[in-house]
Order: sequence, then structure tokens, then C-alpha cells
Amino acid sequence: MTGLAIENLSMRFDLPHGGSVQALKDVTLNLAEGELLSVLGPSGCGKTTLLNIVAGFLAPTQGQITMNGHRVTGPDAERGMVFQQGALFEWMNVRDNVSFGPRMAGRKASDYGPNVDHLLDVVGLRDFKDKAVYELSGGMQQRVALARCLANDPDVILMDEPLGALDALTREKMQGLVLKLWKETGKTIILITHSVEEALLLGERLVVMAPRPGRIHREYRLPFAEMGVNADLREVKKHPDFAKTREEILSMIWDMEEEIMGRTEVAQ
Amino acid sequence: MIPFLIYAAIFIASFVLVKKVLRRARPQDFTSLKTVTFGDESAVVSDRTASVVSIATIFLLWGMFTGSTLLPSFLHAPGPFEGTTQFDYTVEAGGQRDSATVTVVVHPIDRDPVLPEVDPGDGFAKNDAAAVGRWRSGLIRVDTNDEIGRDGGAVVVAIDGQPIAPGERVRVADGTVTLSDRGTPNFAPSKGWQMEPIWLPPPEAVASRLMEIASEGFRGATLAEHLGLSLFRVLVGFALGALIGIPLGYAMGLSNWFRGWFDPIVEFMRPVPPLALIPLVIIWAGIGEAGKIILLFLAALWIMAIAARSGVSGVRISKVHAAYSLGASKWQIMRHVIIPNSLPDIFTGARVAMGVCWGTVVAAELVAAEAGAGMMIMVASKFQNTDIVLMGIILIGVIGFAIDMLMRWAERVMVPWKGKG
Repeated sequence: MTGLAIENLSMRFDLPHGGSVQALKDVTLNLAEGELLSVLGPSGCGKTTLLNIVAGFLAPTQGQITMNGHRVTGPDAERGMVFQQGALFEWMNVRDNVSFGPRMAGRKASDYGPNVDHLLDVVGLRDFKDKAVYELSGGMQQRVALARCLANDPDVILMDEPLGALDALTREKMQGLVLKLWKETGKTIILITHSVEEALLLGERLVVMAPRPGRIHREYRLPFAEMGVNADLREVKKHPDFAKTREEILSMIWDMEEEIMGRTEVAQ
Repeated sequence: MIPFLIYAAIFIASFVLVKKVLRRARPQDFTSLKTVTFGDESAVVSDRTASVVSIATIFLLWGMFTGSTLLPSFLHAPGPFEGTTQFDYTVEAGGQRDSATVTVVVHPIDRDPVLPEVDPGDGFAKNDAAAVGRWRSGLIRVDTNDEIGRDGGAVVVAIDGQPIAPGERVRVADGTVTLSDRGTPNFAPSKGWQMEPIWLPPPEAVASRLMEIASEGFRGATLAEHLGLSLFRVLVGFALGALIGIPLGYAMGLSNWFRGWFDPIVEFMRPVPPLALIPLVIIWAGIGEAGKIILLFLAALWIMAIAARSGVSGVRISKVHAAYSLGASKWQIMRHVIIPNSLPDIFTGARVAMGVCWGTVVAAELVAAEAGAGMMIMVASKFQNTDIVLMGIILIGVIGFAIDMLMRWAERVMVPWKGKG
């Protein structure tokens, strides 16, 4: 079986001064190959924890993840990750960053070289390949991170608020780029975001999570990603269904936030 | 006091001159148009003119107060009196009083004086001639040629008409006269405001001493050998310290057991100044090369271990995670992520360690050594060769500065990503 199965995942963190926090409770999700899933939720709902467990950086307290028929026990090249801040290696130039995965796998430059150059073309950084990564703008760094992830040819790409630190204009362009890459490469993508608009645009499926304990609140199947592949993203946003869904989800998250605030007030 | 006032005056005057007068004509650039520069630390850069004037001022003051021949003489602070002067003394013997004149030749101490012929004059007190060295003072036995001497009951009662008793002092032209307990005048020519070479030699004396020692050597070793030996000790001690300290720091950054094992040792040894180890090292290893190198090794070891440890601990976890999910093995992460990420910290540590080592080696050589920069100035000070001491201090400073510059340059070339992650 290909794809990704998340079964009954629970995660509990012990606090240093006693007590514990239930970050995730009974999260079950199945992803088919090539699906684009966006995960949305108020802060503190365990989105990043979920992604870290899928990536293999954290071991869940309960439940398991199965990928390509085997159980996930740690990080692996089959699951690539794009972080909020590029997490680039600033001691390497752009090209060396992008070719990091193939080089670590011991592949020859003649083997991975054309693909790396192609990816640099795709993300529009061909002229910057010899530059140091700290000389690039935030948007360019994020594109390097995307290319680096793709160069390693993972089965699943995990994105942890990859566009969160970018300005609005760059962000919109990058959203287009993510859609384009999704369509061209056919990768399974899980994207975490705190922007409702982004979640709608970049999710065939959209999961809204609720906090305390972190759990799946609602799931949507959306047409906007498919539309966005062929049309201008701004056109997609004008679609009446887009506005309607956005309002629905916004008020849902708003209610959750209110509930949290209310609870803290009571606790005080 | 006066040198400080002159220093402050030059500081203020040059500031006003440069800022208000010379730069007023300049076009107004962007920085000068910034409304907020006070408190914007990035807007504060070292003013080259100020640096040049500052250094020139130090040499100017040095030259002024040592009577340097490099400066035109009108810039000199008043020097010590040199030449011929006179004062009168009055003796009383058996109810009689008589006066006579003493002619004093004040001469540079490295030159023999020529005593002038003086006419003995009338009366029982006769005129005298004497020589006193510059900056020195001298007892003048005025009674030796008198008809009635001290043993005959003659007593000096006045100098230049001012009454004086034993232990008292009067001002005369170009100096002071103190009457000793036994009644002999002691003449001290006025010293002026300049420093005696034994306290502070003029710049040209230091420069010529530098030339002399550079060509002839000092205490059986040339200048290059003295400095080279000190540098050699620093380099070997530092290299050994880095060789052990960096892997130790890595181990402490990567393993709980190593961290727990070495933390108490490192944290205890870090605040111990290396200078405090000198006596122990001398007891254990003697004053030879081995002792010096052990000391410098210890000085560099903890600094390098702590630098490497913080370099490893400081790696952003997302970088390690990124490398893992790109398929890197532990060893590859060590080699391609953790080590390069720690290099900026290691370079910072190396700069500190080199500075500390250089200071420690000089101190260790001051205590005991057969050769080296510290030994050179220590031995020179025992013979009051202040010029060699000054020369040594300047050379030690220049070398320390050069080491730091070299380390900064190496840092720029080798870890250009420092502070940019």
C-alpha cells in the first residue's frame, strides 16, 4: 500500500514541573498518493506536533504511522520537510544546499546534477546557484528549501508554515509555485498553515484541528487547489464558494479561540 | 596633571576643528540627514581622523615631556636646568659675617663637567665652583677653601641673603638650596617638567634601542629570537589546547555522559586565571619550555572546549531535522551540519584563547624564563633600562594586536556565514 496512514495518534508531553499536556488525541488520517492536504487550526492545537511525528522527529505516545507499508520510526528521506524558516545550511551555496540530499545518498554529481539544475530553474534561482544562501531574500530562501526538498525526491513533502514568514506579495507567488510543483511532481503534500486563505487554496483536503486536546475537528474536500492549478489564484479567491467556505472556517476557528480565552479566564 | 590637561585640550580642540570647521563645507549626505543617530549604534563608526589625531597626540605628549629631538624645541615642556648658575652664601664665625658666591655648573650626567676658574674674592669666605648633574643634587662644601671652615666654627646662616638653618630650604635662581643637618648647602637645580630618561625615555631613544637590539640582540638572543620564542610557545600551547579542547567540547555537546563528566572540571577551571597556575606549573615542570607550554595549553584548553561545546549546542534543531529528513546519517550530520555550524563559535573562542595565551606567556616569562619577550623587559627593568622595557611593551602590544587582526581576517575568510544563520 502506498500513501500515508495515521492511526489513533496521541501525544502527551510531560511538563518539567509535573503534570502533562495532551497535545494530540486520537488523530486518524489517511492520505492517498498525490493528495494535497492542508491542516489548519488555532495556535496550540498540535499541528506542528502532528507534523513532527509524521516526519519522525518525535515518537507518539500512542498510535502509529504507516507509510509505504512500513511503520514510521524515525526521519527518512521518503518524508521531506520544509520549515518555516528555511533551515538552510548557510555554509553551503544555493546549489550545494539543493543537492544536499543526493550528495548524502552518495550519488554522483553527473547523476543528480541535471535534476538540481532543473529544480533551480523551476524555482527561478538559476542565476543565484553560486550565491551564499544568506545573501538571498526570505522568499528566495524558501524557494531554495523547496528545491532542496524536491531534489531528494521524497514521497511525501511536509510543510510547516513554509510561507508564514513571507510578505503578502511573495506569499501569493509562492502559493502558486507550491500548486505548480504539486501538479508537476504528483507528490503527496501535507501543509500546515495558520492562514485560512492559504489552507483553502493549497488543500484538496482541508483538516481543521481543535485544541486541548489537539484533535481533528472537521474535514473538507475542496475544489480550489485544482482550480488554482489552471487559473490565477486571485480569480479563485473571487469564487463565491471560496468566500463562503472561508467565512465558515473563520467563524469556526473564532469560536474555538473564544472558547480557549473563556477557559483561561475561568481558570484565572 | 599638566599632560592630562594638554591631552584634554587637544581632544576638544581637534574635535571642534574637524567637526565644525573642516567638515562644514562637506555636502550633506544621507547619514547626516538622519534624524535619529543618537542611540542608533550602527550609525556610530570609528572616525579615522580621530584615531590618527589620537595616536599623534600620544607621541606628541611623549615627545614634549621627554625633550625629544624629533620635535622642534619650542614644543618641548620646560626642561631641566643646564648651564652655569650662581648663588651667594653667608657664613658667620666668631661674630663676623662674610658672603661669597658659589658658581655651579649643571651638566648632563653622561658628560664630565669643566669647572670654571673663580676669583677667590675678599673676606674670610671665598668664592667656590662646583658641578652638579642634571636632575641630580649635590652637597657643596663651601667651607673647604674658606679661611675659617666648619671645624673652625663657621656656620652658613643665609643663602642669597635669605636666612637659613639646617634642614631648611630656600629658592635660588635655577634651583633650590637645602642646608644639610651638618650645615652644608645642598644645591638641586630645577628639574623642569620633563621626565628623566630613567622614568620615560624619549621616543627616539626607544627607537634606537629597538634598532640596537634588533641587530645585536639582548642577553644572548636576538630580538627576533625573543619574540619568536614567545610566539612559538603561544602557537604550540594554543594548538595543543585546541587539539584536545575542540573534540572535548564536541563530546560535551553531543553526549550526556561526557557533559556530566567534564562539566564540573571545565566550569571549575574556566574562572581560574591561567596566571594563578604559574607557580604550580613551575613546581611541576620547571621554568623551561615544557612548563610554559603546559601553562598555555591549560589556558587555551578550557576556552576552546567551551567554545566548541556552545558551537554544538547552538545548532538550530531545524537544521538537524532538515538534514535527517534529507536522508543524512548521524556521521554526515556531524560532518556537514554540526561541525560547520560550530565553526563561528570556535573561531570566536580561538580569538579569545590566542589573546589570553599571549597575555599569559608574557606573564609567565616575567616570572621566570631564559628568553622571551617577557623575560626581556623583566631583565631590562632590573637594570633600569626603561627604554628596553618600553620597547618590549610596545612590541608585545603590536604583536597582540597583529594576532587579533590575523584571527579576524581568518574568521572572515573561513566562516563568512558567521552571524548570518
